[in-house]
Amino acid sequence: MNYKPVIGLEVHVELKTKSKMFCSCKADYFGEKPNTNTCPVCLGLPGALPVPNKKAIEGCVMIGLALNCKINNFSKFDRKNYFYPDLPKGYQISQYDQPFCTNGYVYLGGETNRHLPSGTKKRIRIRRVHMEEDTAKLIHQGQDSLIDFNRSGVPLVEIVTEPDFESAKEVVEYLKKLQQIVRYLNVSDADMEKGNMRLEPNISLMINDKGLRIKKTLPKYKVEVKNINSFRFAEKAIEYEIKRQTEILSEGKTPVQETRGWDEDKQKTVTQRIKEEAQDYRYFPEPDIPPIRFSDSDIASIECIMPELPDVKMQRFTNIYRLSAYDAEILTRDRKIAEYFDETTVIGFHHEIKRKRIANYIINRKIDINKILPAELIQIIIKDNQKSSLDEDKLSKVIAQILIENQKAVTDYKNGKVQAIGFLIGKVKQHFPKADTRQIKNVLEKSLK
Amino acid sequence: MKINVPHIAKLANLPLKPQEKDKFEKQLSEILSYVEKLSEVDTKDSETTSQVTGLENITREDEVSPSLTQEEALSNTKNKHNGLFKVKAILED
Ligand SMILES: [Zn+2]
Repeated sequence: MNYKPVIGLEVHVELKTKSKMFCSCKADYFGEKPNTNTCPVCLGLPGALPVPNKKAIEGCVMIGLALNCKINNFSKFDRKNYFYPDLPKGYQISQYDQPFCTNGYVYLGGETNRHLPSGTKKRIRIRRVHMEEDTAKLIHQGQDSLIDFNRSGVPLVEIVTEPDFESAKEVVEYLKKLQQIVRYLNVSDADMEKGNMRLEPNISLMINDKGLRIKKTLPKYKVEVKNINSFRFAEKAIEYEIKRQTEILSEGKTPVQETRGWDEDKQKTVTQRIKEEAQDYRYFPEPDIPPIRFSDSDIASIECIMPELPDVKMQRFTNIYRLSAYDAEILTRDRKIAEYFDETTVIGFHHEIKRKRIANYIINRKIDINKILPAELIQIIIKDNQKSSLDEDKLSKVIAQILIENQKAVTDYKNGKVQAIGFLIGKVKQHFPKADTRQIKNVLEKSLK
Repeated sequence: MKINVPHIAKLANLPLKPQEKDKFEKQLSEILSYVEKLSEVDTKDSETTSQVTGLENITREDEVSPSLTQEEALSNTKNKHNGLFKVKAILED
């Protein structure tokens, strides 16, 4: 039997606002002494009043817009009730039925998708993007669990997809894309190892029966995997689950619906030791926070302050700048590099320096964009150009010598074997590695007449 | 209405003695039927809402103000260790 993976994703992204989601404690907990950034709100003390952080809401809406979501004109916060020591109030403030953003999508390129011809794109539907608060950090130590509330209440955005992924590779491509987008938006560092981007895939398999066109029902079970803190772990954990579930299904059994964790030492997913409580969150509207209403112009003004996103940049670089897809992809990976390239091309334009040449310096010579200003890079390129064209005298002398040393190639060329010139160009290039090939060819051709 | 008292006790993280089950079931039923009275009110012309303050868009600017000190944060607990709150291990072995 042939099975098709059905994978959906929940990704949590911690926003890098100055203050927390519902109080004005410092949000950045990295390297801080434990329990030094807390207050009655984020410690869950009775009587404290949460007030939402405007900037965090803006960040959430930007992520929604970047993922082509509908931004809802009316939203509210809800309480998600459960008991866990990292949640001091006994509930998490989240969003339930009226989140900020719904029904978006992103496209994956066809490269990683074997079901689609290369070049075509696959649409991944985004179900919702909502705002919530992070929990405290738990440190397990023998018979005790220790709690640091510095992370409690840090703004967290949850991005939920429909179960549209069919392989681990697609998931990784999506994650990289999402990471790139939130970094472009400058709303999160989205560093998986530091835990400011976390993911929980849910994985199941359905029978792949294309010929029969059976009803498109989703599998009756799903397995959620936690404890994934790198792209590599994500790929391995999903591939492991697909293998494990295939074996169970092949025996005619159904995998247990459960939460598993990736164990990097054992290279497998294992049943989570944490007791599965009945998931009955009893959501209800957060009475302490009035609803949020966005007018269309509120949404438009958030959209206005968003930077140009990677997909649009990529298109501009290939269609208008005429760069290869390869070059454009590298230049747009990081917003800083893309903007550096843009700035340099503007200066380069006045000196008649081609964009492709600037791209080469950034990509192949890997110049340090933090040290060399765009104008300085242009000066470097101009100097290199002069260097390679000034030495025509020297070039002629070297060529004369090479022609003497390689009589056979010279004879071949003169007898009509024109391709012999390639061999000679190679010889010259050994002396002038940076010289322009066309220039060498011109001088060679003159000398061979 | 049938009330699953053990389930509710579990969700509320409250220990329940066997003899309390009937007692709370009766009490909770009474509370529910009391709240049920609300359905007698005619709400045909009322808009559904979860808020009655009339307030909207109450937010704060993203500014940091001083937090409690570690000592203050931990001052209400006896169970602490190296500046951290301490609870019984939550992982099962
Ligand atoms: Zn606080």
